[in-house]
Amino acid sequence: MENLIAPRIEIVSRRAILRGLGITAGLVLAAPVLSRKGMAAYATGADKMPHGTVNDPRVFVAIAPDGTVTIIAARSEMGTGIRTSLPMVVADEMEADWSRVHVRQAPGDEAKYGNQDTDGSRSTRHFLIPMRQVGAAARMMLEAAAAAQWNVPVTEVKAVNHEVVHAKTGRKLGFGALATAAAAQPVIEVSQLRLKDPKDFRYIGKGTVGIVDLHDITTGQAMYGSDTRLPNMKYAVIARPPVVGGKLVSFDAADAMKVSGVEKVMEVKAWPWPSKFQPVGGVAVIARNTGAAIMGRDALKIVWDDGPNATYDSVAYRTELEEAARKPGDVVRNNGDADAALKSADKVVVGEYYLPHLAHASMETPVATAHVADGKAEIWAPVQSPGGTREDVAKTLGIPVENVTVNVTLLGGGFGRKSKCDFALEAALLSQAIGAPVKVQWTREDDIRHDFYHTVSAERIEAGIKDGKVVAWRHRSVAPSILSTFVPGAKHEMPIELGMGFVDLPFDIANIRCENPEAAAHTRIGWFRSVSNIPHAFAVQTMVAEIAHELGRDPKDMLLELIGPARLVDLGPSVKDLWDYGEPLASYPNDTGRLRGVVELVAEKGEWNRPVPKGHGLGIAVHRSFVSYVATIVEVAVDAKGNLTIPRVDTAIDCGTFVNPERIRSQIEGAAIMGISLAKYGEVTFKDGRAVQGNFDGFQVARIGDSPMVTNVHIAPSGPDVPPSGVGEPGLPPFAPALCNAIFAATGKRVRNLPIGKQLEGA
Amino acid sequence: MIEVTVNGQKHSWDGDPALPLLWYLRDEAGLTGTKFGCGAALCGACTVHVDGEAARSCITAMSAVAGTKITTIEGLDPHGNHPVQKAWREANVPQCGYCQAGQIMQASALLQQNPHPSREEIRDTMAGNICRCGCYQRIETAVHLASTGT
Repeated sequence: MENLIAPRIEIVSRRAILRGLGITAGLVLAAPVLSRKGMAAYATGADKMPHGTVNDPRVFVAIAPDGTVTIIAARSEMGTGIRTSLPMVVADEMEADWSRVHVRQAPGDEAKYGNQDTDGSRSTRHFLIPMRQVGAAARMMLEAAAAAQWNVPVTEVKAVNHEVVHAKTGRKLGFGALATAAAAQPVIEVSQLRLKDPKDFRYIGKGTVGIVDLHDITTGQAMYGSDTRLPNMKYAVIARPPVVGGKLVSFDAADAMKVSGVEKVMEVKAWPWPSKFQPVGGVAVIARNTGAAIMGRDALKIVWDDGPNATYDSVAYRTELEEAARKPGDVVRNNGDADAALKSADKVVVGEYYLPHLAHASMETPVATAHVADGKAEIWAPVQSPGGTREDVAKTLGIPVENVTVNVTLLGGGFGRKSKCDFALEAALLSQAIGAPVKVQWTREDDIRHDFYHTVSAERIEAGIKDGKVVAWRHRSVAPSILSTFVPGAKHEMPIELGMGFVDLPFDIANIRCENPEAAAHTRIGWFRSVSNIPHAFAVQTMVAEIAHELGRDPKDMLLELIGPARLVDLGPSVKDLWDYGEPLASYPNDTGRLRGVVELVAEKGEWNRPVPKGHGLGIAVHRSFVSYVATIVEVAVDAKGNLTIPRVDTAIDCGTFVNPERIRSQIEGAAIMGISLAKYGEVTFKDGRAVQGNFDGFQVARIGDSPMVTNVHIAPSGPDVPPSGVGEPGLPPFAPALCNAIFAATGKRVRNLPIGKQLEGA
Repeated sequence: MIEVTVNGQKHSWDGDPALPLLWYLRDEAGLTGTKFGCGAALCGACTVHVDGEAARSCITAMSAVAGTKITTIEGLDPHGNHPVQKAWREANVPQCGYCQAGQIMQASALLQQNPHPSREEIRDTMAGNICRCGCYQRIETAVHLASTGT
């Protein structure tokens, strides 16, 4: 029975939007393109991203004669709410009534929409101003059209809630009635744009607008990557080399072909390791449905050559990393003379920390549908990088990029995994090979065993104490780098990894030395939500609590003392190639005043040092990442068997000016859960080059019973003059150290290695 | 030939009786609201009702559901206004939303059997449904909301 469901998340193909604009008398068709510059009260790193930003209202807004305002969302929706938040900014600035706004998802086309890499917690920070400019330009063009029609000065008219009003005469015209005339107005120059006064915002900063997909999600109508259905589509799963860098030697498909519904078995093209985002090859089973393809794959007999990573063993590798952390490495930051200050210290506190590989394990596994025909490719996929996916599909198939359309579906979670488009490339290759649309579905085992893993690291910190003060800090971080996925033999963390809470340490200590000994990668390493901030923050924030304990100090007071007075951290020549999330320091300085601010805010709201029952403990941690400041207090309860529960979490975030506080809260609540996952359970280990865990029995994640009983989120009221900063990722890094510091307070047991697993048994 | 009723409509399947119900629903019947998450009854994303009881469709063979009445998220309420769905919207539960159909089907089965579950009962029954975004606090709130109407 064939019952194709039309995608409910409206996909804007290039052809469709032109057609749509033609029909609906889209706003502004013939006018000069707006300057991309100007207007912004602060500079961002957006211009350094591929294709920067676009603020042309003709690209993002269309008004139908019935008044329906269509706003384009060009960033990928994976749960942060960005598909709602940025269109809401446009609507607010243009005085559109949100209930009459329709949001459409853009395909991958960065020349048109600006950068679409939805990662790095960048969307609001790079697009708040461009989207305000889009909305303001649309509003002013509607006002100009109404003034012209009434033959009154434009200064006498005002757009208010989906209509333009002439107060003197009480005349009103709706946006729909003005659409055609507004389209004939010249586009307003950026220098002439009047942005709304923030006190007049109706949606921005209020948190009253629900996500646009809420109804569809709760009724099963929301369209994710896995939900694409095309006429004559085939379903495929792929058996991939179990060891990264391994190759297919031979396969026997006889039994697979006997499975009811299996139609074809074929080899998938492989790229040599390091394969970047290209497919790793293997054997594809193509069938009439996914279930048949999976059963067919189970029946394959395959011989692999495991290649050079066949000896990757997590137990041995951990020892390697830990030994490397005990020896000097590349100096990546140096202030004063930490080695000498450690020698002359009264006491040296040493902490060694270990954090394993993690899998992203988004609930929607990687999945993509491709239809390649007549030298053109159309892709439907849950990708964080639609622009990059488009380029990579073109390169992989050997066709011009103009011939590739990447339709962005909803993402069933991303967390960095879906920044890599390998699964879309697999679908494109298979569709090209069989001449029919193909959906490639990854199973959970595929997802966990063939991930671009979060790195694994050993961190060692030595803190020298003299006269009760910390005078020296030597931190060594050893971890295989993401660079190894792109460059053979890469063994050192890149500036983008070093800059994540390691060399940017904001502590007021005279002698600081950061070193990065080498580590070779034996699997694919990739970005995982908040990336290297996870190990760096865990080590630093655990160490602070260890020092506090050693000195008999309150951990929060110790933290504030180490942060020191409010100032802008100037690393000067102590760090080469300092990377600050790609942002100019002038707009996004490392501001210890704001760092202190979130510590003080969470201490107050979270009632630091409140009395807690026996077996309970409070822990605190703070971390700046993605140019936001987050502090967390966790209350933990540990029972006699070592089981831990979390009665309460308080998190304070300072993310500058903000758009949607309701979604900030949900991101922080979610970060606590992901923090619990990685602290309690998260670990992918390798044996004989193969990932040991394959599903949620081995790679466990937090379930509802692990959830805090209460999570309070406290958003620092920075005001409209402070540039917006990240939200999706910064909540994660401080969570695990705050939890483990709380465990110490509750039990006296110091957790230095993650996951916690069974370490608390008998604690 | 296997006959089942899905959301009130009669369906027949003459393919592999071992095919998991999940893939029949999604790929053969076009009901994509039910999601794949693990294929091993570990995450609950594929939860549907079989004769009114929550079941993991990813490990339920077509042969096991012959003659049964199946309800998927698409059929839970004709207008998407089951009390659980309304509560979910009221509490703004979803982030990415992918697991939510399974969560809602599990929660609605729970309330069918136990209209006023305690917090512990909610946590126990919903423990089989993973949300990687971490909406658990709101899931708990929404189930409570649906059970009390407040």
